[in-house]
Amino acid sequence: MNPTSKSNTAGSIITAMFRKQIFIPLAALLILAVFNFIMDPSFFKVTFGHNSNGDPILSGNIISIIDYGSELAILAIGMTLVTAASRGQDISVGAAIAIGGSVVLRVLCGTNSRPDEIQAPIIVAFLVCCLVTMACGAFNGILVSVFKIQPMVATLILFTAGRSIAAWINNNELPEVRDKTFSYFGGLIPGIPIPTPFFIAIACFILIFLVLKFTTLGLYVQSVGINEQTSRLNGLNPAFIKFITYVILGLCVAVAGLIKVSRLRTINYSVVAKDIEMDAILAVALGGNALGGGKFNISASILGAYVIQFLTTTLYKFQVQSDALPAYKAVVVIALVVLSAPIVREKIASLFKRIRPERAELKT
Amino acid sequence: MKMKKVLAMAASMVLCGAVFASCGSEGGSSNESKKGDKLITVGIINNDPNESGYRTANVNDLKATFTKENGYDAKFSYSLKNEEQINFAQKYIQDEVDYLLLSAADTAGWDSVLKDAKDAGVRVILFDRTIDADESLYEASVVSDMDKEGEQAVEWLKNQNLTSYDIVHLQGVMGSAAQEGRSGALTKTAAELKWNIVAEQTAEWSSEKAQQIVQSVIDADKKFNVIYAENDDMAKGAVAALDKANISHGVGKDVVVIGFDCNKWALEELKAGNWNYDGQCNPFQSSYIVDIIDKLEKGETLPQKTIIMDEKGFDATTITDADVEQYGI
Repeated sequence: MNPTSKSNTAGSIITAMFRKQIFIPLAALLILAVFNFIMDPSFFKVTFGHNSNGDPILSGNIISIIDYGSELAILAIGMTLVTAASRGQDISVGAAIAIGGSVVLRVLCGTNSRPDEIQAPIIVAFLVCCLVTMACGAFNGILVSVFKIQPMVATLILFTAGRSIAAWINNNELPEVRDKTFSYFGGLIPGIPIPTPFFIAIACFILIFLVLKFTTLGLYVQSVGINEQTSRLNGLNPAFIKFITYVILGLCVAVAGLIKVSRLRTINYSVVAKDIEMDAILAVALGGNALGGGKFNISASILGAYVIQFLTTTLYKFQVQSDALPAYKAVVVIALVVLSAPIVREKIASLFKRIRPERAELKT
Repeated sequence: MKMKKVLAMAASMVLCGAVFASCGSEGGSSNESKKGDKLITVGIINNDPNESGYRTANVNDLKATFTKENGYDAKFSYSLKNEEQINFAQKYIQDEVDYLLLSAADTAGWDSVLKDAKDAGVRVILFDRTIDADESLYEASVVSDMDKEGEQAVEWLKNQNLTSYDIVHLQGVMGSAAQEGRSGALTKTAAELKWNIVAEQTAEWSSEKAQQIVQSVIDADKKFNVIYAENDDMAKGAVAALDKANISHGVGKDVVVIGFDCNKWALEELKAGNWNYDGQCNPFQSSYIVDIIDKLEKGETLPQKTIIMDEKGFDATTITDADVEQYGI
């Protein structure tokens, strides 16, 4: 073992790292973290206190990120699968969240929009919500898989109509749930100082990893995304696999919708989860997944979702001027997306090789 | 393969059909009571009722006023898109309605269709929103004065004589009339009286974004004693963040909370003393419009073209249950 070969392995590790898909969101997270650390180390401060109900609570920017980023991370799971299998994105998730949230409130409130007590158990409301959002997903899925409509066009229908449907479910009233237990899902469970959405998100991650590990779903989705014809010849049913990814996304939407309405125990049809579809697609892209379908990496997408929330919280923290906020976000996003493009990653990797040509030769 | 194409075709035809059908019913197709009977025909073009609580209240108010019992034959159409609204207007002009009531989605692009209306003898009354067109093209416009709403709220805040003013300012969608009016008043007075603006951010009317912004201000250990939120939803989000951090708010507490729009639930918060002030954005234009129509029917001339509605501001210490019922939307 001479020193040259040692650094040679280090070099190849760096090269390999650049090729790893999860490298980009990790690097982005690191850059944001370092930037915040240099600008103001107090960004990472977490304090322990009590809220106005006297329950213990941790607060700080990091807690905000894992709290508010959770819905997006949950959506990113479904969006990654949809992207991989159908080579397109579902742009109706924001509207579907409005529908799902509206259904939850409708079931809980019954006919009176502000009852003093909830009219049905929360679990029932959630199950109904799951059914409805999975039906929305199935609707999109059928349009995409059976009628072979471009995913973005197919989901445009629900994107346009969804929020009106959501308002119609509750007769355009603004229901409010007074029961405190309903706020546990988007807030805190008394006694546990970490926001519940984070735990819900973790549960979803574990579930999807188990599914991918113990079923062939991941493999099938990937093969359908790479080449539909070949998959068919190998005995898969591409239409069904695409369909099922949309239904899974529907399930993710139900969970995200429950968290969203639980946060303030009410809903505003026109702004709830506004533009979240774009953030979800961005999370998939930041994760280094090809938006044209095929291979995918769900953990990278999840990390991508938290990167987006990290960026949002950073911009709030530094009080970027309101009119300039979208521009700042756009600049960072463009930089990240360009960096995560496979072509750029290959270039950087080969650049590293060229810097140490003699070692590359040694290796061969 | 061919079968599938045919199927797709059929499906899209059905969809198109459905869209047309729904447009038709929205446009209101009753032509029966044109002239002859005494009903005044009115075509009302408004924004989508789902847009906000304000719009819902606005639509309900118009629907309750322009009824057959009150002597009107009214048709309603809703769209958030200017082109669609113009199409509705053309249809109403063809139907020869007596009055065209318009809350335009966009300020531009209305000249030619309003000229057509004038030629056809259809009288146009604008409500809620003004447009960039010559004044001679419409009879009157009934609007809110967003600047005044802001000024009233800021005036109220000034009269609270707080020992210091450290303000968190939550803005609406940048560039909207409500945001400009409500921000303008605060920015101006804050500069004059050297009020300290601790944070100024757009939460885009969203309660959740407002909550995140206020959370980040609290996490940064910045001291503040006023939340100036440009609508009720954002005030609600801000209050949720305060509750999380155990900061007291409302009458006689640490933080003064100001909201706008007078949603019913917001006025209830006010009544309970959890908030301090709520500024009205009056959605009840119909009584003003009825007034104008009455005058025009009698052949009188209107004293002025632009009518600015009365708008109130409610203080938590003086608001009554009757106010909550009457003005809550």
